[in-house]
Amino acid sequence: MKRIGNHTLQLDPPAYVHGSGSFAGKKESEGPLAQYFDATHDDTTLGESSWEKAESKLQTEAVKTAIEKAHLKPSDIQYIFAGDLLNQCISSTYGLRDLNIPFLGLYGACSTMALGMGMAAVFVSSGAAENAVAVTSSHFCSAERQFRFPLEYGGQRTPSAQWTATAAGAVVLERQPSPICVTEVTFGRMTDLGVTDANNMGAAMAPAAACTLTDYFTDTGHTPQDFDLILTGDLGYVGSSLLREMMRKSGWDIETNHNDCGLMIYDRKAQDTHAGGSGCGCSASVVCGYVLKKMQQGTFHDVLFAATGALMSPTALQQGESIVGISHLVHLHSDVPAKTK
Amino acid sequence: MQLSEKQYKSMYKKASPNSNLFVDCLWAFGVGGAICALGQALSNLYMMMLHDLTIARTWVSITLVGLAAILTALRIYDNLAKHAGAGTIVPITGFANSIVSPAMEFKSEGLVLGLGAKMFTVAGPVLVYGTTASVIYGLILYGFHLY
Repeated sequence: MKRIGNHTLQLDPPAYVHGSGSFAGKKESEGPLAQYFDATHDDTTLGESSWEKAESKLQTEAVKTAIEKAHLKPSDIQYIFAGDLLNQCISSTYGLRDLNIPFLGLYGACSTMALGMGMAAVFVSSGAAENAVAVTSSHFCSAERQFRFPLEYGGQRTPSAQWTATAAGAVVLERQPSPICVTEVTFGRMTDLGVTDANNMGAAMAPAAACTLTDYFTDTGHTPQDFDLILTGDLGYVGSSLLREMMRKSGWDIETNHNDCGLMIYDRKAQDTHAGGSGCGCSASVVCGYVLKKMQQGTFHDVLFAATGALMSPTALQQGESIVGISHLVHLHSDVPAKTK
Repeated sequence: MQLSEKQYKSMYKKASPNSNLFVDCLWAFGVGGAICALGQALSNLYMMMLHDLTIARTWVSITLVGLAAILTALRIYDNLAKHAGAGTIVPITGFANSIVSPAMEFKSEGLVLGLGAKMFTVAGPVLVYGTTASVIYGLILYGFHLY
């Protein structure tokens, strides 16, 4: 493993993807990516007595499935990197407490999947671990009540507001080679351009994504054209258009191959999710479901996954602070040959 | 690319879609008006039955609050409010919704520290400043009556 440029880590050997799990709720199962989840739940409580317990269960399911697909047992896993949106990251704590795996809790808001994957990849590549798991989740109902209003409260959402996805995603990374791997990681810098509107997270996070993508391209010498997909995590409609504009002005045109997990997970207009999806589970389930499956099929070979997080606290906002954005990036590479017709 | 906060603000204001003010106003007017018309109809009905305006109006408030509470519990109120906005928030029905919805939501933390403590998280400020304003108004009125 070596450091290239100012911010990027080149993983040599890479960290190989061996299994992934992707679970989601009802609204996500009605969206365009429904077929790529391992399973979806029609009951948003998952049979539990609270939304928080439901989210924990979602995370447990994702981890167990990922570990099973890697042909391992929980006792074989050396580290687990996990986080979520709730205070004290309780979805991770209670979702993973019975697995008995050394646990490293992370908070990166909606950027947690890329943060966790990056950390797990660095641990594996450096030899600190034979394998490691990264997992994260979010739940619409548990997030609403922590960050906004009770579900049945008759408020109106603004058009720039995003919809927290009920979903979880987990991935197992190992030193043992496999066709898909993480080759580079860029941990992001915090950016803050003074956005204070909690209903416009896309605008708060877009500068962070632009910063990390620019850092990555500058460090590695790669250009946007080297990638089949440049995938940001939950900037939504507003943030995505801002990111594209900022990148174009910086001389990096990502117009043709950029997409955003928040725009992919729902049919924004038909499902009335306003600016699109958000939440840690949004990008986690899209990457661990759709993206990794497409890489296994040979559709995508090089994917830049830059998850974005708004490090937003209702307390800090009420005290007049602005929203700090962050974006972490992993470069996923697949050796699976493209299918010829 | 280096952007100042001011430059970025104009950029994201431009990129962020605004609510459709005309449609929102139309909804608020229609639904808010309908709730008020229902109140008036109830008032007339109760007047016929009770022949006392003060008591009839009290029963109007009780009926509307009860109706809003039931619609909230049935998970219908928020679906109407999504479109109606101020039309469902401003009348007394909105007040009922703002108390019932946190009560439902925080039941999971128990009846005392959950439901009991969190019931007024949304309506609390309205009660505090509503009561304060009425005291100030009362004092001013009292002042006028002295002369």
